[in-house]
Amino acid sequence: MREPATDVVVVGAGIVGAACAYYATRAGLSVTVIDRGAAGAGTTSRGEGNILVSDKGPGPELDLALLSRRLWLEVADDLGADRLELERKGGLVVATSPEAVGELHRFTAAQRSEGVDAAVVPPEALRDHEPHLAADLPGGVHYPQDLQVQPVVAAAALLGAARRLGARWEPGVEVTGVEHHAEAVSAVLAGGRRFPTRAVVNAAGTWGGEVATRLGGPVPVLPRRGFVLVTEPLPRVVRHKVYSADYVSNVASDDAGLETSAVIEGTQGGTVLIGASRERVGFDQSLSPTVVRRLAAQAVRLFPFLADVALMRVYRGFRPYCPDHLPVIGADRRVSGLFHACGHEGAGIGLAPATGLLVSQLLTGTAPALDPGPFEPTRFEEVT
Amino acid sequence: MTQEPQAPPGSTFTFDGRPVPFVDGQSVGAALTAVGVRSWRTTRFEGRPRGLFCGIGVCFDCLVVADGRPNHRACLLLATHGLAVTSQEGTGHDDLAI
Repeated sequence: MREPATDVVVVGAGIVGAACAYYATRAGLSVTVIDRGAAGAGTTSRGEGNILVSDKGPGPELDLALLSRRLWLEVADDLGADRLELERKGGLVVATSPEAVGELHRFTAAQRSEGVDAAVVPPEALRDHEPHLAADLPGGVHYPQDLQVQPVVAAAALLGAARRLGARWEPGVEVTGVEHHAEAVSAVLAGGRRFPTRAVVNAAGTWGGEVATRLGGPVPVLPRRGFVLVTEPLPRVVRHKVYSADYVSNVASDDAGLETSAVIEGTQGGTVLIGASRERVGFDQSLSPTVVRRLAAQAVRLFPFLADVALMRVYRGFRPYCPDHLPVIGADRRVSGLFHACGHEGAGIGLAPATGLLVSQLLTGTAPALDPGPFEPTRFEEVT
Repeated sequence: MTQEPQAPPGSTFTFDGRPVPFVDGQSVGAALTAVGVRSWRTTRFEGRPRGLFCGIGVCFDCLVVADGRPNHRACLLLATHGLAVTSQEGTGHDDLAI
């Protein structure tokens, strides 16, 4: 069967691919989305759905996050906040040592100058925000801009909106390569089929490195494993996303070994989610009791009541990690018609709309909403 | 040959204060059903009655409080003499609500 030609084929129906399809169709492009599996079934389904500005210091990722947060609120206006399970819950970052308080306050001051809304919370006021917090924590910062969505539901909503604007959705189709004509992409080959197009977007998340190679423009995206513990359902016990100030330095670390820091939040379903661990172990799926034990102990340090709460299950996922912790977003100057939109590490849900908007602007040749230079896909290549 | 300890005849646990007899090796869920108790918890959002559904440790429908601790699956919980079983309302953790 001959597939109809579309302006762009998006490879990957996770949150980023869905956002690319959403903005591209709104910009008037015809779009085909393919995925080897179901929508939102990869890393999108393995996190907590956070849209955070609190964990980012000044720099290109914070600029992207601030833009993307505004866009999430626009998406909520367009599609309905309840269709994304969007919650304006805010973040509460807590220090666990007196030294960490000073460091956190310096970090916060730098964020404020970039437009992040952050209020220092003295130790005696911490439990006004979170009544179950340990009594001896030395201080924290409240970030009212942090949001949360249910990521799989949100990806489906974005993809659904794109389909209503004419996007084609082809699940269960794995990309194998591209065809070129006159030195530009002319078709995507996937699942034994040929999808004629003049552009292809690599939105394959953690598998973006492999997909990039198949599309002829390699980018260094590697998996960084993380576990999330899930408690038995509880009444509302945690209001914000609450995390230890150590989390920020762990995210920025280049260490391949195990790093953990407490990240705790409630869900609308009643379970409490406990993260976050980071380790570079390839795509190893095995359960690590060491990680589970450490995450549980760190969570109990912040919320002592959790010691008497049962864990129901543990899930794991692989964050798409680039060597400089920034995503790859933009045209691949080695292959005309190839664009990348992957490598968002643990921030893909939050950064998805800004990524989708940038990609659609690059596809249509309109002025980008912010400078995509820092996310240039070939920045890792040796200068020759 | 070693033998598993047998529950002596006349063993009971309590359900909301009433004695419930059981035979050795029986689950709390089976023993409750045998004396005609078919529901022992309410759902979290709508307060609907629930008891055994799958009966084999898969579905989490038959939750019950045992010795003060909620969210035991009655179908997997071995009946023991003197165990204090009580019905569960919602999450069973209302005391933690903020």
